[in-house]
Amino acid sequence: MLYREAGQFRSTYAEDQQIFPIRQDRIAMALLLLVAFVAVPLFGDQYWLSAIITPFLIFALATLGLNILTGYAGQLSLGTAAFMGIGAFMAYNAMLRIPHMPIVGAFIVGGLCAAAVGVVFGLPSLRIKGFYLAVATLACQFFVLWALNRVGWFSNYSSSGVITAQRMDVFGYPVDTPATKYLLTLAVVALMALAAKNLMRSETGRAFMAIRDMDVAASVIGIPMMKTKLLAFAISSFYCGVAGALYAFSYLGTVEPEAFVLDLSFRVLFMMIIGGAGSILGSFLGAGFITLFPIFLNLASKRLENALGMEIPHALISNTEAIIFGALIIFFLIVEPYGLARLWQITKEKLRLWPFPH
Amino acid sequence: MTFFIEVVAGGLLAGVMYALVALGFVLIYKASGVFNFAQGSMVFFAALTFVSLLERGWNLWLALAVTLAAMVVLGMLTERIVLRPLINQPPITLFMATIGLTFVLEGLSQLLWGSQPHGLELGIPDVPIEWLSEKANINISQFDLFAALVAGVLVAVLALLFQKTRIGRALRAVADDHQAALAVGIPLQHIWTIVWAVAGFVALVAGVMWGVRNGVQYALTFTALKALPVLILGGFESIAGAIIGGLIIGASEKVAEVYLGPYVGGGIESWFAYVVALLFLLVRPEGLFGEKHIDRV
Repeated sequence: MLYREAGQFRSTYAEDQQIFPIRQDRIAMALLLLVAFVAVPLFGDQYWLSAIITPFLIFALATLGLNILTGYAGQLSLGTAAFMGIGAFMAYNAMLRIPHMPIVGAFIVGGLCAAAVGVVFGLPSLRIKGFYLAVATLACQFFVLWALNRVGWFSNYSSSGVITAQRMDVFGYPVDTPATKYLLTLAVVALMALAAKNLMRSETGRAFMAIRDMDVAASVIGIPMMKTKLLAFAISSFYCGVAGALYAFSYLGTVEPEAFVLDLSFRVLFMMIIGGAGSILGSFLGAGFITLFPIFLNLASKRLENALGMEIPHALISNTEAIIFGALIIFFLIVEPYGLARLWQITKEKLRLWPFPH
Repeated sequence: MTFFIEVVAGGLLAGVMYALVALGFVLIYKASGVFNFAQGSMVFFAALTFVSLLERGWNLWLALAVTLAAMVVLGMLTERIVLRPLINQPPITLFMATIGLTFVLEGLSQLLWGSQPHGLELGIPDVPIEWLSEKANINISQFDLFAALVAGVLVAVLALLFQKTRIGRALRAVADDHQAALAVGIPLQHIWTIVWAVAGFVALVAGVMWGVRNGVQYALTFTALKALPVLILGGFESIAGAIIGGLIIGASEKVAEVYLGPYVGGGIESWFAYVVALLFLLVRPEGLFGEKHIDRV
């Protein structure tokens, strides 16, 4: 009843091609942005802002990056954490070595460096495909992490390997409280998500999808294979790099190689799969799910402890959590291989007919 | 020169250990087209079960048999719960499912047997062979040689299984095309159960070997990451490739570590194997012995 597009006529090309052609979607999106930009920082709890919502946004950005490469362009990558690491370390170095570097500029430098590395490690994708490529991107993961650990220049020859990220300033305003850090992250993520959404509706995005669906056919119809694949690697790594810089600067507060181990790559991959490969919305849904799920499990085990009146050993809890997490992923893949984004699509279809389905 | 030979020999024998893990991957990939990321955690699960049973005073062979039975049951459950509902899904979905399985297995084995590391002894000492070190001044561990022997036997048996038996033929048919195999009446479920059980057996052997060498601990799950470059170098579909890939990776890794490592600050074993494999791939995109794929539109 509420979600019905009857009577909404599009009379110009611009109207026909807008991102949200349905009025209700536009209103919902505006409301969502309003809540995210105004209500959340005003009324949000400090803990929630700094420990849950901010990392959720950062992971959503990283997932978006991976989604561009794997979900849209079909090149499976396990090197996400490495690209994030490069972004973080290069943003740190940009702040350190270039005087008067604005923080957003440092993020961009981090992203661009990650993109350059992404292009280099994307080169094998011209020759190899599928799981061979996935293993090749693992090479990137291990090599980059090794370099960040061993080459002193990255960490400014710090002896501990753990560096405190610099203070952030935007136009002279200090960004140091959870609320301001959240706002900065949100602004970056929102802009980049918008850019990604538009990019995927463009010729480039369609070329990516053609390569994903069948690369031989794509090259036959004249899509330049090398340029497009490398572009996918570059854009994806740029997103991951910026996400990594945000991860270090506005969530961890430190820059360290240990934050960007292989586990992080897998986490982001899970987010993409659970959210839905090849969907911008899915990146956010998946990131939200994977970020919130351990917290929910934790609360549940606390509740259980109280109900039983005894303390459950820590190892038992963490192992059970791992089992439930793994089982849930398998469950999701079986029940809904196209992810949460597909569930949302089905819901929308149902809503259009509700309450009078034929 | 003797030092060089010693380094290469040590590398080759270490490569055999990688190959043992890689074999498990190849088996499952060959027969079901699934890239089984859970192989590492299967190795861990098998080794941990085996060593825990031994420590409870079980007889060696009994413990081996019970662990093997556990691996077979695990294979059957995996087939029933994970793979059967996912028939005809794209490979990446199956791959993700095995990553989920990794979490389950790691959690399960530590839940059952605790997470403290165990030592494992088989009665074969990890010491240099005497006459070789006396005659030629080359130190090669007895245990390494034993591991190489085990790997050799394993490969021979698996090659026979794949090439000469009815089951082997069915396995290859399933690997080629799930639906076509089903259509000609090959029982897909049975085949997958068998393959996962055999892969479980291979995981057990690999787990025991690695367990003797490094102790049975959580780090065993990372053996999977060591086996991946071996796998892509040798080709996903080739058992011989797994062995030869293992030897190449093992030897080049050791040589690089000894001769190149000091110049770049050491620690290169984490990525060197991958780079070697990558360079090979640039020349032969399907690995040394992988099947050539012809793309059709």
